[in-house]
Amino acid sequence: MAKYVGTSMKRREDPRFIQGKGSYVANLSLPNTAYLAIKRSPYAHATIKKIHTRKAKALPGVIAVFTGEDTADLGNLPCGWNVPGIKVPPNRCLQTDKVRHVGDRVAMVVAESPYIAADALDLIEVDYGPLPSVTDARKTAEPGAPVLHDSVPDNVSYTWAIGSKEDTDKAFAAADQVVELELVNQRLIATAMEPRAAVAQWDSSKEEMTLWTTSQNPNLTRIVLSAFVLFIPEHKLRLISPDVGGGFGSKIPTYPEEALVPWAARKVGRPVKWVATRSESSVSDSQGRDHVTDCRMALKNGTITGLHVKTWANNGAYISTVAPLIPTALYLTLLSGLYKIPAIYGEMLGTLSNTVWVDAYRGAGRPEAAYLVERLVDLAAQKLNMDPIEFRRKNFIPAGDFPYQTPVAFQYDSGNYQAAMDKAVEMAGYPAMRQRQAEARKQGKLVGIGIGACIEASGPAPSKVAGALGGVTGFWESGGIRVHATGKVTVLTGAHSHGQGHETTMTQIVADEFGIDINDVDLVHGDTAVIPNGMGTYGSRSTSVGGSALVRSAEKMRAKLIKIAAHQLEAAVEDMVYDRDNGKVYVKGSPNKSKAFGELAFAAYTAHNLPDGLEPGLEENAYYDPANFTFPNSVHIAQVEVDAETGEIKIQRYVAVDDVGKVINPLIVNGQVAGGVAQGVGQALTEGAVYDDNGQLVTSNLMEYALPHADLLPMIETGRTETPSPHNPLGVKGVGEMGTIAATPAIVNAVMDALAPLGVKHIDMPLTAEKVWRAISKR
Amino acid sequence: MKQSVTITVNGVTQTHKVEPRTLLAHYLRDTLGLTGTTIGCDTSQCGSCTVLLDGAAVKSCTVLALQADGSRVTTIEGLAKDGKLHAMQEAFWAEHGLQCGFCTPGMIMTAVDMLNGNPHPTEEQIRHGLEGNMCRCTGYQNIVKAIQHAAESSR
Repeated sequence: MAKYVGTSMKRREDPRFIQGKGSYVANLSLPNTAYLAIKRSPYAHATIKKIHTRKAKALPGVIAVFTGEDTADLGNLPCGWNVPGIKVPPNRCLQTDKVRHVGDRVAMVVAESPYIAADALDLIEVDYGPLPSVTDARKTAEPGAPVLHDSVPDNVSYTWAIGSKEDTDKAFAAADQVVELELVNQRLIATAMEPRAAVAQWDSSKEEMTLWTTSQNPNLTRIVLSAFVLFIPEHKLRLISPDVGGGFGSKIPTYPEEALVPWAARKVGRPVKWVATRSESSVSDSQGRDHVTDCRMALKNGTITGLHVKTWANNGAYISTVAPLIPTALYLTLLSGLYKIPAIYGEMLGTLSNTVWVDAYRGAGRPEAAYLVERLVDLAAQKLNMDPIEFRRKNFIPAGDFPYQTPVAFQYDSGNYQAAMDKAVEMAGYPAMRQRQAEARKQGKLVGIGIGACIEASGPAPSKVAGALGGVTGFWESGGIRVHATGKVTVLTGAHSHGQGHETTMTQIVADEFGIDINDVDLVHGDTAVIPNGMGTYGSRSTSVGGSALVRSAEKMRAKLIKIAAHQLEAAVEDMVYDRDNGKVYVKGSPNKSKAFGELAFAAYTAHNLPDGLEPGLEENAYYDPANFTFPNSVHIAQVEVDAETGEIKIQRYVAVDDVGKVINPLIVNGQVAGGVAQGVGQALTEGAVYDDNGQLVTSNLMEYALPHADLLPMIETGRTETPSPHNPLGVKGVGEMGTIAATPAIVNAVMDALAPLGVKHIDMPLTAEKVWRAISKR
Repeated sequence: MKQSVTITVNGVTQTHKVEPRTLLAHYLRDTLGLTGTTIGCDTSQCGSCTVLLDGAAVKSCTVLALQADGSRVTTIEGLAKDGKLHAMQEAFWAEHGLQCGFCTPGMIMTAVDMLNGNPHPTEEQIRHGLEGNMCRCTGYQNIVKAIQHAAESSR
């Protein structure tokens, strides 16, 4: 049986990190490196009249200063998700005509040191013609709003809708109760602790470029840069994303700096390095969420009969690489939640505004859907005077209904939501929790209990489906296995680890596929010279798609090992058994007549005694295209206390029950849940990107942007239910985003429950002490 | 005008000429090549760059290299002794106290300093003691457990 899969192995990558030996891009130091810095716009919206570079060029140590006129040979950054009818405005690497958000790119300096490059930025003077600006997702689509791009005169880049409007209207006409909400799902800044960075080296003799970059998906970024921006042939462009210090979606897009740094390296004939400052990351990394939504839920006899949603989704000033995917096929398709809802209609407008562009951020569309569904469900339960858990149980999709077809395209693969609720109720001690709440209320304390019962669609995606929805690429993953002559194994994946622990989980999978010692197996990822094709890591896809590719690759490898063993043991292939407990192949019924994995590996390379026609060597590769998304689900229960005097919120308990299918490494899964919950709590309570009336990002550094600290959080109590995904060979679902999706509504529902005796129905996030205090004071 | 500094880093005394504005974090990373000390912000919030300066935890982005003249500095690279990991490093590994690893050196150095001052802190004291260090991956859960683990192993 499986020796490694399912066990809490300590992570195999950790020794380098705990000793300060991580190979982050910013740590790379090549001889003769020059340093690049970007001149960014201080205005949210302005014409560029003239850029004065003379003083900067004259500064000793400055090698060159470039503007958009110089980089005219660079292509525009393309959009990789073209929903029907989308208008994609030009997204230049350096702007020449206008700037459209604070932080937009105007010029760049290459200098002998980072300090000199920074000095030179201050010497570049730009004559701007300031223009009126707009930052709000909804207001930007109103008549009279400042227009960002001539090619998108109404600031609406795309629209999308799903479900039946007719059926939904009927459900509302027949409803005996309706609850509705106008809500803001605020903009967030991903804030991976490692700021983005890039280093490029041009080999003029071979006309080859190497780019080290902080990407979650180096192979995809290579395609984009090669075909659309840099025009360096794909086989002469090598991308390396070594250790990457967190991503959370913000390192998916292809960024202008990933083109400007190699462009400059070729121009100046030296390696060029750029490392973002945190303040620079804040105004140039893709941001998340930013929805304004009107939604309402129809009820009849205590059941949900209809859901209507209209959303304005802010895309920022330009359309980022996969931005249109997020508020369409990863948002409106999730509106059914865990519930049997016969009629759903969702529509959205993808708007442009004078803000940093928005793309995937942990959960990406799914948290926005889960939040509104779970808020409406709580309001519905309240209106019906039902316990929120009873109301949820009454409306859950029954365990016998899987696979379950929702009215919004997705077919859920597996789940047992009542069982998840049972487990969460048991872990939380829910009835006693309610009792204590009643007692606390008698003492005048504001204690609340909140539920987040949420669906997630992870493991994107069947390539055909992605193509039909506007995706430009496929969404398979590659998995390679190289067995060396000495029986040691190198595993290659097109997925990319930036904290997920693939070097552990993927080698757990492969070691078990062969029944060999995990110390004989290592994983390589993140280098396009070694892994020519891959899709990278996002959407909680690495194990379900990337891990499955490795299983398929291992199956091919075992078939070859069996052929060699059969030949050497003079038996028929069909009489051979691969013993995955002991890593050997034997003749059925005669376990003594066997060949060990290592013997077969050696034989494959000596090639002295192979079956006729069988090639020497042991290298296999497989591409795995998923049959469906996987559908992790969760029930989280939070208990909070609100200080009536100050509005401060204390999380007293947090129970997280997640169904992520089969688990490869419980230690890592629990870590993903805890980290995910913290980010969800951050959105609920502290985080928010704030733009002022002039389009200045007020929260542009970690002094202003309120990332959760250790003392905001309690110990998360994690538990699991398990309904294996029926359509991938590992039975796994994704775990990376589930915690984030469920935590936000669980916490907000808990705070609203605490404030319910005061008649407070809703406060938009983040629920800062000030906002909560104001809501309390009004009563 | 460059100035000379002499700093003992991880037991090795070295003298270099640096620009007066050079931050200790940049000196460690760029002059000495000790890139274990990472830089995650520009406002001294994140704590990734935490090192021990004469035995006390400091954010090396708030110290000029010149200010450290004549001092002893310990970075993450200097924590393991004779090929043996420090108890705090072991604890972070055992408890899965890291994911992407970027904040980890600063977390470990802060945690070492924390237990030097209070060998057996409560969970609340640990969480308070991490006020100056940010982690985006772990939700701090396993960092807290790692520090508890290290404290326990010293009993």
